[in-house]
Amino acid sequence: MSGSGEKTLNLTLKVWRQKNAKAAGNLETHQLSGISTDMSFLEMFDVLNEKLITDGKEPIAFDHDCREGICGMCSMYINGRPHGPKQGVTTCQLHMRSFNDGETIVVEPWRSAAFPVVKDLAVDRSAFDRIISSGGFVSVNTGNAKDANNILIPKDDADDAFNAAACIGCGACVAACKNGSAMLFVSAKVSQLALLPQGKVEAKGRVLNMVGQMDEEGFGACTNTGACEAECPKGISLENIARMNREYLSSSLTYVKK
Amino acid sequence: MASSSKLNAKIPEGTLENKWTKYRSTVHLVNPANKRSLEVLVVGSGLAGASAAASLAEMGYKVKVFCFQDSPRRAHSIAAQGGINAAKNYQNDGDSVYRLFYDTIKGGDYRAREANVHRLAEVSSSIIDQCVAQGVPFAREYGGLLSNRSFGGTQVQRTFYAAGQTGQQLLLGAYSALQRQVGMGAVKLCARHEMLDVVVIDGKARGIIARDLITGKLERHFGHAVVLATGGYGNVFFLSTNAMGSNVTAAWKAHKKGAFFGNPCFTQIHPTCIPVSGDHQSKLTLMSESLRNDGRIWVPKKAGDTRKPNEIPEEERDYYLERRYPAFGNLVPRDVASRAAKERCDAGFGVGASKLAVYLDFAANMMRYGTIEASKQNLHNPSQEKIKELGRDVVKEKYGNLFDMYKQITGEDPYELPMRIYPAVHYTMGGLWVDYNLMTNVEGMYALGEANFSDHGANRLGASALMQGLADGYFVLPYTIGEYLSEEIRTKAISTDHEAFVKAEAEVNERLTKMLNIKGTKSVDFFHKALGKIMWDKCGMARSEEGLKWAISEIRKIREEFWKDVRVPGTADEFNPELEKAGRVADFIELGELMCVDALTRNESCGGHFREEFQTEEGEALRDDENYSFVSAWEMKEVGNWELHKEELKYENIKIAARSYK
Ligand SMILES: Cc1cc2nc3c(=O)[nH]c(=O)nc-3n(C[C@H](O)[C@H](O)[C@H](O)COP(=O)(O)OP(=O)(O)OC[C@H]3O[C@@H](n4cnc5c(N)ncnc54)[C@H](O)[C@@H]3O)c2cc1C
Ligand code: SF4
Ligand code: FES
Repeated sequence: MSGSGEKTLNLTLKVWRQKNAKAAGNLETHQLSGISTDMSFLEMFDVLNEKLITDGKEPIAFDHDCREGICGMCSMYINGRPHGPKQGVTTCQLHMRSFNDGETIVVEPWRSAAFPVVKDLAVDRSAFDRIISSGGFVSVNTGNAKDANNILIPKDDADDAFNAAACIGCGACVAACKNGSAMLFVSAKVSQLALLPQGKVEAKGRVLNMVGQMDEEGFGACTNTGACEAECPKGISLENIARMNREYLSSSLTYVKK
Repeated sequence: MASSSKLNAKIPEGTLENKWTKYRSTVHLVNPANKRSLEVLVVGSGLAGASAAASLAEMGYKVKVFCFQDSPRRAHSIAAQGGINAAKNYQNDGDSVYRLFYDTIKGGDYRAREANVHRLAEVSSSIIDQCVAQGVPFAREYGGLLSNRSFGGTQVQRTFYAAGQTGQQLLLGAYSALQRQVGMGAVKLCARHEMLDVVVIDGKARGIIARDLITGKLERHFGHAVVLATGGYGNVFFLSTNAMGSNVTAAWKAHKKGAFFGNPCFTQIHPTCIPVSGDHQSKLTLMSESLRNDGRIWVPKKAGDTRKPNEIPEEERDYYLERRYPAFGNLVPRDVASRAAKERCDAGFGVGASKLAVYLDFAANMMRYGTIEASKQNLHNPSQEKIKELGRDVVKEKYGNLFDMYKQITGEDPYELPMRIYPAVHYTMGGLWVDYNLMTNVEGMYALGEANFSDHGANRLGASALMQGLADGYFVLPYTIGEYLSEEIRTKAISTDHEAFVKAEAEVNERLTKMLNIKGTKSVDFFHKALGKIMWDKCGMARSEEGLKWAISEIRKIREEFWKDVRVPGTADEFNPELEKAGRVADFIELGELMCVDALTRNESCGGHFREEFQTEEGEALRDDENYSFVSAWEMKEVGNWELHKEELKYENIKIAARSYK
């Protein structure tokens, strides 16, 4: 059915196996043959797991859900790059046509002090939820809103806010960063809300709280290497970090916590 | 026909327009001090669950939220693409609460409850207000106002959207409201937890058994009320547009504990999805209905035509929807569009290698937009190339992420070639039966969002699921739950050492152990695929008495074989995704049988339920209002044995008519 000219590949896979958070891990080698180039990377893992189960071995645990690049759950570090070799896609959207016959592929989990491994390729990213809890919202209870069109928002601002809000919370930015910094993720939320009139009211406290929580979670500092932007599957731009730095600076000078 | 005495929909008295307002102002209240000692368990963190949990916590209730993903933000709602409806009439095109109500009832082929649907239309407008206040970045016009688009089954523009990521933006809004409450300590979050049973004490839902998916430990949680917002069960077909983890388990456990299952066979097959490409396929990807605003659907006029699409001249193309349904054209409702695609492919006009696809073509509208853009930019005599480029930019802004997704998956560029699409399972209108308060027939147990059966009848209109999920969570349940909880203020928290908790946990444990101990020869996916194939062939787009009877006997065989020969690796006290999957598939197998039983009982065609024996000469669905104007509410006696209860549907405000989009 494919219009892309389906081919098949033989591959060597080196996959990180780790029983649980406390256990030590190691790379395990698997040979795969007859992998269709039309398969997604995760479908290739389905094939491998099916084989492991048939052979009476334990399948490889990995996180995934939507398989269309939007839930942010999948998280594989492929040949030294979060979400693999292709720009602008998540692991689940990566297709085997991006690989060559005979290739060796190394697959590891996100590596970051703030994202402990749960098992094999699955990690714990609950630190991101706690950062959002610390300020990534507009404080408006249900039922308090006025008519939506009473707030006029210039289209460019709305578009910029949308682009920042497109972050899927996958954590590739953290995995890509040699310092394990979460600046891109945090700045995307700070920017979205700073760009909109609804978010302005609480802007100062928000940026201070979210940055404070980020530090508390054990993410590293940002040294502007730009690896995060290069590996972000959703094109979240470094401009967000610049905007957050400006917000942070002006807030720490003027904000008085009550 | 009268409704079964076991079903009381509790629809308030009064005229349709006033029922909700009046009810809302008279429903019992719980005072703030009492709210603090009332605990509500919310299972599910999608649009319905997150909005309900945040709102209940804001009101002062103690709330716990459960989801199986690692974060509530990843609930399947995140994947919704096209938009959310609301009767704002911002486009001044004659929209109103009544029109949204009418379109929804008609779209559902007259199988939904009038009072619920009217309430949905009434609150729709507040949803948009709430989301905008939260900072949801909806698409806007240059003047700063909100933008709208059209969806199928309507002739007004009432759909609000954020590119092709509306669900994401709405869910992140609800998620941030939820996380705000988590931060304030009003909500306790239990991510990576799966509910595996409800605990019922003296006829009332009083808690759940949940498995911590990381440690595998079973936990008991008490609640004065249990709210299930656990999504739809389209994955019973194995291949669907749902996320991989979407399942029926929570609803099914509730069903087994006495909650009736409503209209289980009402499934939505979405017309525009990327076709199956091979046996390795693990899920199907939707191409949003919004694309039908600008894409024209066609097949070659000549059967078996092997030319490339752009080599087929205009006069040799059959724009079959425009031909058959001139009034709605490419924007007919989903069930109608899906059946029409199947009809063309079955007749030999399908395209692509498998011949199970039709074209969705943007070329004409791309050029139209390009021309408009050129004149906006004051370009005189622009070249065809320039027009195409400008048009391409417009289309990119509207649907860029969908076009990228299509290219990723198929390796073809939809800006150059028409998309190839085919129908796929997408949504389930059926679900737990609920009354007007969204309570199931088990007291204290509620069902919200896609998990209930309530508002869409036999076919859901596009952009109405997001509306319903958020209506239920933000604006309906927070009021209606007071009717029950106001009577519970004297109920002290029940200890989780209560025998009902102990027994429920033991049963869950036994089931898990049993699955692990079979140590058979076939993987969980083997059974899931076998079930899915039967469901798609016999209980999918077309159903027949003979096919359904065969399906029921085959599904029973699959069930037997599953419990004899499944192989589930690993143990119960660790992170074990195969074990999670096994439990879900075991429930799907039982549900699949009920869906076929329901489809077999309904001797008519309506909405997504098309029985081959009941169609007009032109191949349109033939309803039987005389005998089937009811909701099927199934009570489980034991696995494989159900009793049907009927809730009669009364139409007092809408004249029932044959549904026509011609
Ligand atoms: C690809 C796609 C596109 C769509 N686009 C649109 C659109 O444009 N407009 C529209 O109106 N509708 C759309 N829909 C439909 C709509 O997205 C869904 O119907 C809606 O989001 C369902 O929301 P929900 O809150 O009911 O459930 P979900 O979002 O599915 O959430 C279910 C929640 O329950 C949890 N859960 C489930 N089972 C358990 C368990 N046993 N234990 C613990 N937790 C559990 C999950 O973790 C999750 O948090 C689309 C659907 C799909 C598949
Ligand atoms: S900023 Fe990009 S890489 Fe980081 S979490 Fe968001 S989407 Fe993922
Ligand atoms: S599985 Fe959802 S983004 Fe990859």
